[in-house]
Amino acid sequence: MTKQHANWSPYDNNGGSCVAIAGADYCVIAADMRMSTGYNILTRDYSKISQLADKCVMASSGFQADVKALQKQLSARHLIYQHQHNKQMSCPAMAQLLSNTLYYKRFFPYYAFNVLGGLDNEGKGCVFTYDAVGSYERVGYSSQGSGSTLITPFLDNQLKSPSPLLLPAQDAVTPLAEAEAINLVKTVFASATERDIYTGDKLEVVILNASGIRREYMDLRRD
Amino acid sequence: MTMTMGTVDESQRTLYPYVTGSSVVAIKFKDGILMAADMGGSYGSTLRYKNIERLKPIGKHSLLGASGEISDFQEILRYLDELILYDNMWDDGNSLGPKEVHNYLTRVMYNRRNKFNPLWNSLILGGVKNGQKYLGTVNMIGINYEDNHVATGLGNHLARPILREEWHEDLTFEEGVKLLEKCMRVLLYRDRSAVNKIQISKITEEGATVFPPFSLKTYWEFAAFKNPTAGAEGSW
Repeated sequence: MTKQHANWSPYDNNGGSCVAIAGADYCVIAADMRMSTGYNILTRDYSKISQLADKCVMASSGFQADVKALQKQLSARHLIYQHQHNKQMSCPAMAQLLSNTLYYKRFFPYYAFNVLGGLDNEGKGCVFTYDAVGSYERVGYSSQGSGSTLITPFLDNQLKSPSPLLLPAQDAVTPLAEAEAINLVKTVFASATERDIYTGDKLEVVILNASGIRREYMDLRRD
Repeated sequence: MTMTMGTVDESQRTLYPYVTGSSVVAIKFKDGILMAADMGGSYGSTLRYKNIERLKPIGKHSLLGASGEISDFQEILRYLDELILYDNMWDDGNSLGPKEVHNYLTRVMYNRRNKFNPLWNSLILGGVKNGQKYLGTVNMIGINYEDNHVATGLGNHLARPILREEWHEDLTFEEGVKLLEKCMRVLLYRDRSAVNKIQISKITEEGATVFPPFSLKTYWEFAAFKNPTAGAEGSW
């Protein structure tokens, strides 16, 4: 008999783009708020950003159910950490935890593409970028998700960060001022929204600096 | 047979559904949530059952609507009955609200997909507790979200564009029912598995009501309906 139905898949791609930029004393993390499946928009107001610690924020795209499970797992682990150590986890520590959590499901992966942004113990901006199975790298800026192919070259061109091959190693944080970085993030999302059907509706920007955490929103194209 | 994942045998998994219900549409309105679904149960493309209730009150503050495999839905209702009962047995005056029930469903659905043994449904959960309206959805792989209006299945294609045009925060009950009827009429015309026996239900701070089934007025006398091949005649 011929095949009557499509095989069931435990995965879906709900789209979305994430960007993070690290500065000398700030970090900007941003993601759009559209959630899609195929050609359908499921909702125009879904936050992809989760605050994992006081100075550590994760933006995730990919499969929403996996992303949600990952966020819950990390929140629970951070709660235990606080009980055991009576302090907030540092951003580099959370970065390692995220990597381990992703790799733990290496053979049935979380279909999640993350950027983690925050401030390190010196108060310097830091960005960590991941693949779905946990390999990660500390960088000065990064973009993940459905619009990353459009956003990454734009950021490369604008930020001209020093090559990681240079010896001695050069600092990867961007030379931009905080306001310039926020402006750049808004611009790259406005651009990605023009061509990527999975990015749009609304932009959520989280800004971390010495004075704390702040959120900004901007409307994006809804078509 | 070698097992690669989980403990359920391949033959015990839901690889495809048997009896299915079609779209559910739900909206927030001034005083709470309104939900609509038809009463058909399809066996493939056969209309096998014509009186299946797919909107059910859950506990004191919630209302559940389901499309997809009917037997899985009825199993979910058993889970929820147990959940509500065990919560009630604490006798502490607390009760689960729509947010808690939706979160529970989210975890059940995602857990079953992780075992490669999904509950073949798209669920809509609505409710009101302490003056807070809640409307959310979850599907068989665990995708979940809240919105002011939601729909499952073909409702996502046909009903939600109408809702995006016409929904607003302070819809009255009558306006809400009218809007849902408009959506259900489009679904009736264009979804081949929809039937003209529809239930609407309401939940407010006062509790849930599932109204008796009714039929929509339809008009099939358009020329294009009577002679769909006009202007596209074949060679025979």
